[in-house]
Amino acid sequence: MSFKAVSREVGGVTVIDMDGRITLGEGSDLLRDLISEKLGAGQKKIVMNLAGITYIDSTGLGELVAGYRHVKSQGGEIKLMNLNKKVSDLLQITKLYAVFDIHNDEAQAVASFQF
Amino acid sequence: MPSKPQRIEVVLETLIESITLAEEVGVRVAATAGFDEDDQYKIGLAVHEAVMNAFQYGNRQQRERKIKILFELFPEKLVIHVTDQGAGFQLADVPDPREDENVLGDSGRGCLLMKAFMDEFDVLVSEAGGAEVVMAKRSRRPISQGV
Repeated sequence: MSFKAVSREVGGVTVIDMDGRITLGEGSDLLRDLISEKLGAGQKKIVMNLAGITYIDSTGLGELVAGYRHVKSQGGEIKLMNLNKKVSDLLQITKLYAVFDIHNDEAQAVASFQF
Repeated sequence: MPSKPQRIEVVLETLIESITLAEEVGVRVAATAGFDEDDQYKIGLAVHEAVMNAFQYGNRQQRERKIKILFELFPEKLVIHVTDQGAGFQLADVPDPREDENVLGDSGRGCLLMKAFMDEFDVLVSEAGGAEVVMAKRSRRPISQGV
Protein backbone atom coordinates (compact mmCIF):
# COMPACT_ATOMS: atom_id res chain seq x y z
CA MET A 1 0.00 0.00 0.00
CA SER A 2 1.47 3.35 -1.01
CA PHE A 3 1.89 6.22 1.41
CA LYS A 4 -0.99 8.58 2.13
CA ALA A 5 -1.16 11.48 4.55
CA VAL A 6 -4.05 13.72 5.51
CA SER A 7 -3.71 16.56 8.01
CA ARG A 8 -6.27 18.19 10.27
CA GLU A 9 -6.26 20.76 13.07
CA VAL A 10 -7.10 19.81 16.65
CA GLY A 11 -6.91 22.52 19.29
CA GLY A 12 -4.10 24.42 17.57
CA VAL A 13 -2.11 21.27 16.84
CA THR A 14 -1.64 19.76 13.38
CA VAL A 15 -2.45 16.06 13.38
CA ILE A 16 -1.19 14.15 10.34
CA ASP A 17 -2.92 10.81 9.77
CA MET A 18 -0.64 8.54 7.77
CA ASP A 19 -1.24 5.25 5.99
CA GLY A 20 0.93 2.78 4.09
CA ARG A 21 4.69 2.51 3.88
CA ILE A 22 7.36 5.10 4.65
CA THR A 23 10.32 3.90 2.60
CA LEU A 24 12.75 5.21 0.03
CA GLY A 25 10.58 6.25 -2.91
CA GLU A 26 7.33 5.34 -1.18
CA GLY A 27 6.52 8.13 1.21
CA SER A 28 9.78 9.57 2.45
CA ASP A 29 9.74 12.42 -0.12
CA LEU A 30 6.06 13.12 0.47
CA LEU A 31 6.61 13.22 4.22
CA ARG A 32 9.48 15.71 3.84
CA ASP A 33 7.38 17.96 1.58
CA LEU A 34 4.41 17.80 3.93
CA ILE A 35 6.48 18.85 6.95
CA SER A 36 8.03 21.73 4.99
CA GLU A 37 4.56 22.79 3.88
CA LYS A 38 3.25 22.79 7.46
CA LEU A 39 6.24 24.77 8.70
CA GLY A 40 5.79 27.23 5.85
CA ALA A 41 2.20 27.74 7.01
CA GLY A 42 3.42 28.42 10.55
CA GLN A 43 2.21 25.09 11.91
CA LYS A 44 4.96 24.00 14.29
CA LYS A 45 3.06 21.74 16.68
CA ILE A 46 2.70 18.47 14.86
CA VAL A 47 1.42 15.04 15.89
CA MET A 48 2.10 12.24 13.43
CA ASN A 49 -0.55 9.56 13.73
CA LEU A 50 1.21 6.38 12.60
CA ALA A 51 -1.80 4.08 13.19
CA GLY A 52 -2.05 3.22 9.49
CA ILE A 53 1.67 2.82 8.86
CA THR A 54 2.39 -0.79 7.96
CA TYR A 55 6.11 -0.60 7.21
CA ILE A 56 9.06 1.75 7.75
CA ASP A 57 12.62 1.25 6.55
CA SER A 58 15.78 3.05 7.65
CA THR A 59 15.13 5.84 5.11
CA GLY A 60 11.67 6.33 6.59
CA LEU A 61 13.12 6.47 10.10
CA GLY A 62 15.70 8.96 8.81
CA GLU A 63 12.89 11.09 7.38
CA LEU A 64 11.09 11.15 10.75
CA VAL A 65 14.36 12.25 12.37
CA ALA A 66 15.00 14.90 9.69
CA GLY A 67 11.46 16.20 10.22
CA TYR A 68 12.02 16.28 13.98
CA ARG A 69 15.24 18.28 13.52
CA HIS A 70 13.63 20.64 11.01
CA VAL A 71 10.61 21.41 13.17
CA LYS A 72 12.75 21.74 16.31
CA SER A 73 14.98 24.26 14.52
CA GLN A 74 11.88 26.39 13.90
CA GLY A 75 10.90 26.31 17.57
CA GLY A 76 8.28 23.58 17.23
CA GLU A 77 8.00 19.87 17.90
CA ILE A 78 6.90 16.66 16.23
CA LYS A 79 5.30 14.03 18.43
CA LEU A 80 4.32 10.50 17.41
CA MET A 81 1.09 8.66 18.12
CA ASN A 82 -0.35 5.15 17.73
CA LEU A 83 2.73 3.11 16.85
CA ASN A 84 2.11 -0.53 15.99
CA LYS A 85 4.46 -3.20 17.30
CA LYS A 86 6.69 -3.29 14.22
CA VAL A 87 7.21 0.48 14.20
CA SER A 88 7.62 0.54 17.97
CA ASP A 89 10.30 -2.17 17.75
CA LEU A 90 12.20 -0.19 15.10
CA LEU A 91 12.20 2.90 17.31
CA GLN A 92 13.39 0.83 20.28
CA ILE A 93 16.25 -0.77 18.30
CA THR A 94 17.44 2.59 16.96
CA LYS A 95 16.93 4.35 20.33
CA LEU A 96 14.62 6.86 18.67
CA TYR A 97 12.04 5.97 21.30
CA ALA A 98 14.05 8.20 23.63
CA VAL A 99 14.06 11.08 21.13
CA PHE A 100 10.38 11.37 20.28
CA ASP A 101 7.52 12.09 22.65
CA ILE A 102 5.20 9.13 21.94
CA HIS A 103 1.52 8.82 22.80
CA ASN A 104 -1.29 6.29 22.38
CA ASP A 105 -4.11 8.77 22.82
CA GLU A 106 -4.82 11.77 20.60
CA ALA A 107 -6.27 14.02 23.32
CA GLN A 108 -3.22 13.33 25.46
CA ALA A 109 -0.83 13.97 22.55
CA VAL A 110 -2.50 17.30 21.73
CA ALA A 111 -2.64 18.36 25.37
CA SER A 112 1.07 17.56 25.84
CA PHE A 113 2.05 20.65 23.84
CA GLN A 114 2.77 23.67 26.00
CA PHE A 115 0.69 26.62 24.90
CA MET B 1 21.38 -34.77 3.85
CA PRO B 2 22.68 -32.80 0.85
CA SER B 3 26.30 -31.71 1.10
CA LYS B 4 25.66 -28.41 -0.67
CA PRO B 5 22.97 -25.87 0.12
CA GLN B 6 20.18 -25.18 -2.30
CA ARG B 7 20.97 -21.86 -3.97
CA ILE B 8 18.66 -19.26 -5.47
CA GLU B 9 20.25 -16.36 -7.31
CA VAL B 10 18.54 -13.15 -8.36
CA VAL B 11 20.23 -10.37 -10.36
CA LEU B 12 18.56 -6.96 -10.36
CA GLU B 13 19.13 -3.68 -12.13
CA THR B 14 19.92 -0.67 -9.98
CA LEU B 15 16.38 0.67 -9.89
CA ILE B 16 14.36 1.92 -6.95
CA GLU B 17 11.72 -0.72 -7.76
CA SER B 18 14.35 -3.41 -7.19
CA ILE B 19 14.30 -2.68 -3.45
CA THR B 20 10.68 -3.73 -2.91
CA LEU B 21 11.02 -6.55 -5.42
CA ALA B 22 14.02 -7.95 -3.52
CA GLU B 23 12.12 -7.60 -0.23
CA GLU B 24 9.20 -9.56 -1.68
CA VAL B 25 11.51 -12.30 -2.97
CA GLY B 26 13.17 -12.46 0.46
CA VAL B 27 9.82 -12.86 2.22
CA ARG B 28 8.77 -15.53 -0.27
CA VAL B 29 11.98 -17.54 0.11
CA ALA B 30 11.71 -17.27 3.91
CA ALA B 31 8.06 -18.38 3.87
CA THR B 32 8.76 -21.34 1.63
CA ALA B 33 11.72 -22.31 3.81
CA GLY B 34 9.34 -22.53 6.79
CA PHE B 35 10.11 -19.34 8.74
CA ASP B 36 7.17 -17.90 10.69
CA GLU B 37 5.56 -14.55 9.78
CA ASP B 38 7.66 -12.54 12.22
CA ASP B 39 10.90 -13.95 10.82
CA GLN B 40 9.63 -13.50 7.25
CA TYR B 41 9.15 -9.78 7.99
CA LYS B 42 12.61 -9.52 9.55
CA ILE B 43 14.30 -11.34 6.65
CA GLY B 44 12.37 -9.20 4.14
CA LEU B 45 13.40 -5.99 5.88
CA ALA B 46 17.04 -7.10 6.05
CA VAL B 47 17.04 -7.82 2.30
CA HIS B 48 15.26 -4.48 1.68
CA GLU B 49 17.97 -2.63 3.65
CA ALA B 50 20.86 -4.46 1.95
CA VAL B 51 19.49 -3.79 -1.54
CA MET B 52 18.68 -0.17 -0.66
CA ASN B 53 22.29 0.24 0.46
CA ALA B 54 23.51 -1.27 -2.82
CA PHE B 55 21.15 0.98 -4.81
CA GLN B 56 22.12 4.23 -3.05
CA TYR B 57 25.69 3.95 -1.83
CA GLY B 58 27.22 1.02 -3.70
CA ASN B 59 25.93 1.36 -7.25
CA ARG B 60 25.10 5.06 -6.81
CA GLN B 61 21.78 4.69 -8.62
CA GLN B 62 23.49 3.75 -11.90
CA ARG B 63 20.99 1.49 -13.61
CA GLU B 64 23.51 -0.51 -15.62
CA ARG B 65 25.24 -1.74 -12.48
CA LYS B 66 23.85 -4.98 -11.07
CA ILE B 67 22.75 -6.03 -7.61
CA LYS B 68 23.15 -9.76 -7.03
CA ILE B 69 21.23 -11.57 -4.31
CA LEU B 70 22.12 -15.14 -3.44
CA PHE B 71 19.95 -17.17 -1.06
CA GLU B 72 21.59 -20.32 0.33
CA LEU B 73 19.34 -22.78 2.12
CA PHE B 74 21.19 -24.89 4.64
CA PRO B 75 19.26 -27.31 6.86
CA GLU B 76 19.83 -25.10 9.91
CA LYS B 77 19.84 -21.59 8.43
CA LEU B 78 19.15 -19.30 5.49
CA VAL B 79 22.23 -17.38 4.34
CA ILE B 80 21.78 -14.30 2.13
CA HIS B 81 24.48 -12.51 0.14
CA VAL B 82 23.77 -9.09 -1.42
CA THR B 83 26.56 -7.86 -3.68
CA ASP B 84 26.89 -4.56 -5.50
CA GLN B 85 29.32 -3.17 -8.07
CA GLY B 86 30.48 -0.17 -6.08
CA ALA B 87 33.68 0.57 -4.21
CA GLY B 88 32.84 -1.39 -1.06
CA PHE B 89 32.89 -0.14 2.53
CA GLN B 90 34.15 -1.14 5.94
CA LEU B 91 31.56 -1.94 8.58
CA ALA B 92 33.85 -0.34 11.17
CA ASP B 93 33.41 3.00 9.38
CA VAL B 94 29.62 2.96 9.78
CA PRO B 95 28.55 5.09 12.77
CA ASP B 96 26.47 3.51 15.53
CA PRO B 97 23.20 5.48 15.32
CA ARG B 98 22.41 4.61 18.94
CA GLU B 99 25.26 6.76 20.23
CA ASP B 100 24.16 10.11 21.65
CA GLU B 101 26.12 12.08 19.05
CA ASN B 102 24.61 10.03 16.17
CA VAL B 103 21.02 9.44 17.24
CA LEU B 104 19.75 12.44 15.26
CA GLY B 105 22.12 11.73 12.37
CA ASP B 106 21.42 10.25 8.96
CA SER B 107 23.69 7.20 8.88
CA GLY B 108 23.98 3.69 10.22
CA ARG B 109 20.37 2.66 10.82
CA GLY B 110 20.22 0.25 7.88
CA CYS B 111 23.21 -1.77 9.10
CA LEU B 112 21.84 -1.66 12.65
CA LEU B 113 18.47 -3.07 11.55
CA MET B 114 20.10 -5.86 9.51
CA LYS B 115 22.27 -6.76 12.49
CA ALA B 116 19.28 -6.67 14.86
CA PHE B 117 16.95 -8.74 12.67
CA MET B 118 19.41 -11.41 11.52
CA ASP B 119 21.49 -13.86 13.58
CA GLU B 120 24.67 -13.27 11.61
CA PHE B 121 25.70 -10.12 9.75
CA ASP B 122 28.91 -8.98 8.10
CA VAL B 123 30.08 -6.83 5.20
CA LEU B 124 32.85 -8.22 3.00
CA VAL B 125 34.60 -6.96 -0.11
CA SER B 126 33.47 -8.95 -3.14
CA GLU B 127 35.95 -10.40 -5.66
CA ALA B 128 35.19 -7.44 -7.95
CA GLY B 129 35.73 -4.93 -5.14
CA GLY B 130 32.10 -4.09 -4.32
CA ALA B 131 30.35 -4.55 -1.01
CA GLU B 132 29.02 -8.01 -0.18
CA VAL B 133 26.56 -8.07 2.69
CA VAL B 134 26.39 -11.56 4.17
CA MET B 135 23.68 -12.33 6.69
CA ALA B 136 22.01 -15.42 8.06
CA LYS B 137 18.86 -16.39 9.94
CA ARG B 138 18.81 -19.63 11.89
CA SER B 139 15.70 -21.77 11.65
CA ARG B 140 14.00 -23.38 14.65
CA ARG B 141 13.32 -26.47 12.54
CA PRO B 142 15.21 -28.01 9.58
CA ILE B 143 14.78 -25.95 6.44
CA SER B 144 13.12 -27.72 3.56
CA GLN B 145 15.57 -28.26 0.69
CA GLY B 146 12.73 -28.49 -1.81
CA VAL B 147 12.08 -24.76 -2.14
